[in-house]
Amino acid sequence: MSGSEIPLLQLYRTMLTIRRFEERCNYLFMQGRIPSTLHLYIGQEAVAAGVCAHLRRDDYLFSTHRPHGHAIAKGVEPRAIMAELYGKRTGCCKGKGGSMHVGDVRVGMFPAVAIVGANAPLAAGAALAAKWLDKDRVSVCFFGEGAANEGAVHEAMNMAAIWDLPVVYVCENNLYAASTPFSKAFKIQNVADRAAAYGMPGVVVDGNDVEAVYRVAGEAIARARRREGPTLIEAKTYRLCGHSRSDPRTYRSREEEEEWAKRDPIPRLAGRLKELGLATDETLASIEQEVQALIDEAVRFAEESPLPEPEETLQHVFWTEEG
Amino acid sequence: MREITFAEAIREALREEMHRDASVFIMGEDVGVFGGVFGVTAGLYEEFGPDRVRDTPISESAIVGGGLGAAMMGMRPVVEIMFGDFLMCAGDQIVNQAAKARYMSGGKAKVPLTIRVTTGAPGSAAAQHSQSPESWFMNVPGLKIAVPATPADAKGLLKTAIRGEDPVLFFEHKMLYAVRGPVPEDPDFTIPFGAANLARAGRDLTIIAIGGMLAKALEAADALSQEGIEAEVIDPRTLVPLDKDALIRSAAKTGRVVIAHEAHKRAGPGAEIAALLAEEAVEYLDGPIMRVAAKNVPIPYSPVLEEEVLPGVDDILAAARFLMGGAKA
Ligand SMILES: Cc1ncc(C[n+]2csc(CCOP(=O)(O)OP(=O)(O)O)c2C)c(N)n1
Repeated sequence: MSGSEIPLLQLYRTMLTIRRFEERCNYLFMQGRIPSTLHLYIGQEAVAAGVCAHLRRDDYLFSTHRPHGHAIAKGVEPRAIMAELYGKRTGCCKGKGGSMHVGDVRVGMFPAVAIVGANAPLAAGAALAAKWLDKDRVSVCFFGEGAANEGAVHEAMNMAAIWDLPVVYVCENNLYAASTPFSKAFKIQNVADRAAAYGMPGVVVDGNDVEAVYRVAGEAIARARRREGPTLIEAKTYRLCGHSRSDPRTYRSREEEEEWAKRDPIPRLAGRLKELGLATDETLASIEQEVQALIDEAVRFAEESPLPEPEETLQHVFWTEEG
Repeated sequence: MREITFAEAIREALREEMHRDASVFIMGEDVGVFGGVFGVTAGLYEEFGPDRVRDTPISESAIVGGGLGAAMMGMRPVVEIMFGDFLMCAGDQIVNQAAKARYMSGGKAKVPLTIRVTTGAPGSAAAQHSQSPESWFMNVPGLKIAVPATPADAKGLLKTAIRGEDPVLFFEHKMLYAVRGPVPEDPDFTIPFGAANLARAGRDLTIIAIGGMLAKALEAADALSQEGIEAEVIDPRTLVPLDKDALIRSAAKTGRVVIAHEAHKRAGPGAEIAALLAEEAVEYLDGPIMRVAAKNVPIPYSPVLEEEVLPGVDDILAAARFLMGGAKA
């Protein structure tokens, strides 16, 4: 696949939407408009964009405590995510889930799972069902390298391998699990090396290079659609922000952060677009404007939406005829 | 007495016990260099080094199971599980392994394992980071369960846990960490398990308050006092073992009982306490045993919904007034 076969402008738009969305979330959080805590995705956008560009609406996606980017890339409406963060009834989980559980099953995204690693078995199960029920539907599971050390993840990947399940495990190795550096939690260099032990292909990719992610994910997802089995992709990346709201980032150096900031996937892609003649400064500026308008609209929608009614607390524990 | 926070009291207990006994060590996620996500172990890594304040991968099952194995070899591990909700990831190690090792060995194995874990809703943390799972484990013989509500109790109970020979689940409410209170400096200050704290004496009704609900119960008692109702407030401090006698004594004295906890109402700690009082103290009671607890729904994110679900001072007041002859809220 050459650069021109990859929908780079579309990927750019997705990545920029995620970035601007997250920046706005951070601002709104500081303003006290959004409660609780936030796990931002800033710096990792190329992974969500590059993987999800291959997914159809009816493919399943399983996300983590850091789900906004995955949700946007999978097609959950930004306004519905924003309203969710505001705790409004128009949110994608009607105010019940919040930041760590955004998702919308109608666009193939399960409510995100905030128990680290617990989404891996779900993704295997969804793939099992997809294999049964559909010709070529797949499931994708995003998780951090920290999650890779949970038993649930090992169990799920082994099961996916022995049953040739159409699932792609995407490990976003951003080098830190909360404060814990990769080197302190792993004796090996690559999480993807574990794929051999499960008996599935394992691929390492530069997670800040959206073209590379797009290519690798494309192959893995095509393989799953062909019903040839699972793949473990490890995208090496970096979160250019704290783990959560109140993270002093004492566990890493400012120099290291600056080094990674130079590899920020968004300016990198902007440079590529210009190099390939796919965009000019004007094109990029107009995408920026479109994205800003989309985020403004999302915030306006969230601000103006009604809060849930107290009675709604008791709804949705169990299935009922009314929904 | 000097005042320190609940978090500082826990840290002080850990530090003192680590100085006192070389077999005490800490392990858990982000407990070392970072000092714990709630800052509780801050400074201990610098003081005791990476072996005794051990950062682990995100592997709750191996954290608890590893602690258990080390405990049976004679160490005194204090393992930390960041949120009560994640105890389920270590469920087997807690329920089938730690709880049963001593019994299954015919009393030959010793299990001096302390599992420190946070509990309760910190505010809009939603369904997987807000639960109060104490009672899930009350049904498992072999586990001791401590739920401190004040800085002094946190220090004294934690020391008892660490010095004891049995597995202890030690529940720390996230909203208590910043609360200040007087804490004894004596390094041998301990509080025995199974000894309730009579936090306020009263004649008209008993409020049995657990963990984060103690402060709310005391606030309610102050308000009731304005209405001429004198509430007695008792904190059991440990749910297993439970200071049955103190609870029955108070019920016998006042004849009216409200039980308040943040766990869900159905089969929460209050269910056990109420059943016990029904069995052993019913002749003293002038009314039903009331439970004030979280509604039986997962904890929702939106503040307006969460407030509906979690029990508050108003709910305690309503239950108390009802018992005193008012209308049922
Ligand atoms: C089972 C479980 N253990 C611990 C946590 C607390 N926690 C939340 S995020 C996190 C770090 C996760 O690291 P990683 O999987 O690498 O993802 P990242 O945060 O880097 O995106 C931890 C320890 C949790 N949510 N669930």
